[in-house]
Amino acid sequence: MTKRNLLLLALLLAVACVLPFIVSDYRTFQLTLVLVYATALLGLNILTGYNGQISLGHGAFYALGAYCAAILMDQAGAPYWATVPAAGAVCLVAGFLFGLPALRLEGLYLALATFALGVAMPQLLKYDHLAKWTGGVQGIVIPKPEAPFGLPLNADQWLYFFTLAVTIVMFVLAWNLLRGRIGRALVAIRDQHIAAEAMGINSAIYKSAAFGVSAMYTGVAGALSAIAIQYVAPDSFGIFVSIVFLVGIVVGGLASISGALYGALFIQFVPNIADEISKAAPWAIFGIFMIGFVYLMPTGVAGATRLLLAKRRKSP
Amino acid sequence: MIEAAASQPLLRVQDVAVHFGGIVALDGVSFDVAPGQIVGLIGPNGAGKTTLFNCVSRLYECDRGEIDFDGRALLSVPRHRVAALGIGRTFQNLALFRTMSVLDNVMVGHHCRTRGGFFANALRLPHAVKSDRAAAEQARSLLALLELEAVAGTRVSELPFGTQKRVELARALAAEPKLLLLDEPASGLNHEEVGKLGELIRQVRERLRLTVLLVEHHMNLVMSISDWVVALNFGRRIAQGAPAEVREHPELVRAYLGTA
Repeated sequence: MTKRNLLLLALLLAVACVLPFIVSDYRTFQLTLVLVYATALLGLNILTGYNGQISLGHGAFYALGAYCAAILMDQAGAPYWATVPAAGAVCLVAGFLFGLPALRLEGLYLALATFALGVAMPQLLKYDHLAKWTGGVQGIVIPKPEAPFGLPLNADQWLYFFTLAVTIVMFVLAWNLLRGRIGRALVAIRDQHIAAEAMGINSAIYKSAAFGVSAMYTGVAGALSAIAIQYVAPDSFGIFVSIVFLVGIVVGGLASISGALYGALFIQFVPNIADEISKAAPWAIFGIFMIGFVYLMPTGVAGATRLLLAKRRKSP
Repeated sequence: MIEAAASQPLLRVQDVAVHFGGIVALDGVSFDVAPGQIVGLIGPNGAGKTTLFNCVSRLYECDRGEIDFDGRALLSVPRHRVAALGIGRTFQNLALFRTMSVLDNVMVGHHCRTRGGFFANALRLPHAVKSDRAAAEQARSLLALLELEAVAGTRVSELPFGTQKRVELARALAAEPKLLLLDEPASGLNHEEVGKLGELIRQVRERLRLTVLLVEHHMNLVMSISDWVVALNFGRRIAQGAPAEVREHPELVRAYLGTA
């Protein structure tokens, strides 16, 4: 990493740490959600952007992570922070197991299979025999965590910093994973899978593992969202969540780590802006924004930023 | 003991047959490749040369026959293990990782010689970092050998065809193969580039102590660099021998020129 990138990153981090002290609690809550979405989008980007496997069902893993966290707190009285790695582990296994049969499917067929998963999830969560744990249609309400160790933070600020810490860990791990041997293998499979195998890459294992890791990220995000919102219900995890995640990685930038953050800002704030512009047809406005972004930045916000920085370097 | 091992063929193809639907692509082909040699595999289009390559790299299943490599039955080895055994290859119509840089492409070639899974890489454990550095170093030395240093950071899809072919060669060499399979390395190159290529293949063989099996239509190139030539037509071996002998072989002349 260059010195300048490091400096930019430090600046970004400083801004992230100061923000909750200068904006309202509601805005702080919204920023917490941006971090949650960023982690989810990073997970989807590992699978779709880097490894080339399209998922239209990542909302299902997001739901699974959220319910894991909620059930662990509600039924087992687990502390909120412990539910995050637990949700990650459950989704890692679930994603890997889903990835195994999905190996036989490519492109649009994989998209359909994952769509089926995404569309089935809310109904599975309402299933009567699971209602004892899931709370059925009502869902589960969980208590809001307070800042520990007598830190001078209100609950919203504490939630923000807790989420920020988890997000940073997840981003650093992803950055490590993707810049080395594994990241190269994932992209190689996406670009030319036959040549990748001829180079000794076991694509079946890598693709299933990518599915598992991707689901783990999205599951961790789901758990964080449950803690932040203090509520899970089947209808918050409809197929729309999966689609919006896909929108987020494309607008933010496929196969880009920073793209996950840009995409998260987009899916969190653009619907609000659209709502302010037109109460009658906010999704039409959202659509216009989406087309505008894709048209002006065909490689996502991350790609456009990269191009801009490269241009500035050339002409000082 | 050592002499006996040296006289063993590195690659032994025995009675290999492959068919696609009703079409017979290979019909009982046998030949040996001795260690250290450059062996040219020639024949008209559709003779089964690339099919044979794809059998050796396990992309196709054989219906019949055996392939032994370095004293090991190759046909029971899964596709992704072939590289680790010591077989590297290039592809007829380039199969580079298009979005990756030249350096990264070559580093993927070294994949089978490195260790470190998801966990070790995510945490950047010392052995994963060390292995990554070694891969980069090895890749850079290959880029130097093939005069690709200047484009190390360039996306391969932005390079001219001839350069991309050298990148593919570098990627195949990065796996540290004992046997290098080159599928039409001269196709699409101009006259001058073909001359350089022949020199390069020989140089690489000497330096890295390789055995080379080469499919090529460019007769001058094959005949000038091969120690041994195997000719196929319609999935059968029609001739083999030293280049000078095979060139005059009546079956080969008939295969290329047709008969009245």
